[in-house]
Amino acid sequence: MLTDSDLQAIWLTTRLAGITTVILLLVGTPIAWLLARSRSWWKGPLGAVVALPLVLPPSVLGFYLLLAMGPQGPVGQLTASLGLGVLPFTFWGLVVASSFYSLPFMVQPLQNAFESIGERPLEVAATLRASPLDTFFSVVLPLAKPGFITAGVLTFAHTVGEFGVVLMIGGNIPGVTRVASVQIYDHVEALEYADAHRLAAVMLAFSFTVLLAMYLRRPKPTRGD
Amino acid sequence: MDSIKARFKLDWPGFTLDVDLALPGRGVTALFGHSGSGKTTLLRCLAGLERPSHGRLEFKGKIWQDDTTWLPTHQRSIGYVFQEASLFAHLDVLGNLNFGLKRSATAQRFGLEQAIELLGIGHLLARKPDTLSGGERQRVGIARALAVGPEILLMDEPLAALDLKRKQEILPYLERLHDELAIPVIYVSHSPDEVARLADHIVAMDGGRVVAHGPLGETLARLDLPIYLGEDAGVVLDATVGEVDAEWQLCRVAFPGGSLWTRDHGIAPGKPVRIRVLARDVSLALGEPSHSSIQNILPGVVDCIGPDDHPGLLLVRVAIGASSLIARLTRRSADQLGLEPGKAVFAQVKSVALLE
Repeated sequence: MLTDSDLQAIWLTTRLAGITTVILLLVGTPIAWLLARSRSWWKGPLGAVVALPLVLPPSVLGFYLLLAMGPQGPVGQLTASLGLGVLPFTFWGLVVASSFYSLPFMVQPLQNAFESIGERPLEVAATLRASPLDTFFSVVLPLAKPGFITAGVLTFAHTVGEFGVVLMIGGNIPGVTRVASVQIYDHVEALEYADAHRLAAVMLAFSFTVLLAMYLRRPKPTRGD
Repeated sequence: MDSIKARFKLDWPGFTLDVDLALPGRGVTALFGHSGSGKTTLLRCLAGLERPSHGRLEFKGKIWQDDTTWLPTHQRSIGYVFQEASLFAHLDVLGNLNFGLKRSATAQRFGLEQAIELLGIGHLLARKPDTLSGGERQRVGIARALAVGPEILLMDEPLAALDLKRKQEILPYLERLHDELAIPVIYVSHSPDEVARLADHIVAMDGGRVVAHGPLGETLARLDLPIYLGEDAGVVLDATVGEVDAEWQLCRVAFPGGSLWTRDHGIAPGKPVRIRVLARDVSLALGEPSHSSIQNILPGVVDCIGPDDHPGLLLVRVAIGASSLIARLTRRSADQLGLEPGKAVFAQVKSVALLE
């Protein structure tokens, strides 16, 4: 069955994906809201920046993050001066990198959900005495719930599947940065095909189950009025 | 009396709203006009849903908007009914009604029970919006707007999205609102029939400007104003049900200056009603016609002659005592009768609509 180091890698992957998803829920929601509601000129550039990780090779993203978070980089100098040390090759370095890497998977479904709600429910809420903040929590969040579930699931699953950025930022330290995808790579490098098979099967089963669940609960088209 | 003073100037590409209005603090005021006339935009300015570049809005002595003040929508004591009911899909009917209620400091002014009772939606409270018919949804939307206890009710064509049957279902409720609400109602409509039934005052709009406003009866009886009603040109009279002729199923409705026979709708004698007489249903004669199928023949005096949409037609206003009727005639027949202001005529009324 799975070895202890496999289980360790799976647990590490789960923790990384979970923390990244929570962080992106908090960071991605306001960004998605701005993108959905703003009519300003910077909407286009911001949208493009958010979408960059979709098309950039993970090694490019990882390279820049490595420079930024390294001892000479601006982020690295900041974290060092705060007494946090430098982030590359630590678990929290991976969390930061994953948050950039998976950002579009959080923001885009949320932006779609917010846009499909439209202006009207917000206007209705205002005529019913709800302040804009109140409206966000009492109208927008409940109406966008399917969007939040999709965004959370995609973000989690995408973070689980990350490989290139992890190698660039985290290297391959057991229990610290060796996530499941890296573990499989190691197995293959060491010609341990049986071990690679088992872990790969777990990943495949996980990914399929998650996506299946998401597609099954996608609402059926409702009849029009 | 005029408790709403509104002045708005708003420039959009291809559309300008430019109004300066005083609206009465009671009764139903209809904002009437064709689509694109700016009536909905004006209503949205009143609600604070649009923010005109220049404007001043005073409601009951309180400034809602001027050069330095902007009261956001959620702080205005309004109730707003949208064209589509726009119920919150994630809440059931009661949840929708409670949404504004629990956020409003003035909710007790109207009250949930009264709103539910007035709109007849007590049996729908646990239902989700997507299980309601269009008419039911709109009744919930109206009740939801009332439940916050507004000081003014703004309604944006609440019947426009409904078919004729649903309209007939809701109109009686709107007529009850008209009778029972103490707060002013601003009602946007492009339907002369709704306006005739519901409004006390009318503000006619065209191209982003107000082209006429005043009490309904007076304003509809004016011939010199560019409210093109076409087939709907006519007058609305406030009347009282008089005697009932049970044998022929007719009743007499009396208005200042005369009375008309119409079909008996079982309304008790003495009750105030509103009647509508369309210009196309009125013809004029110089002598009192006899041997006519028309039951309603009223003596009057021509008081004004104006043009109609078609160059071959005229609108002729006839004073019947203190009231007026409008007749649509061809220019030829007006010429043959020698009609001019001051001439005595007999108005034959073919059809009378009893509105409430």
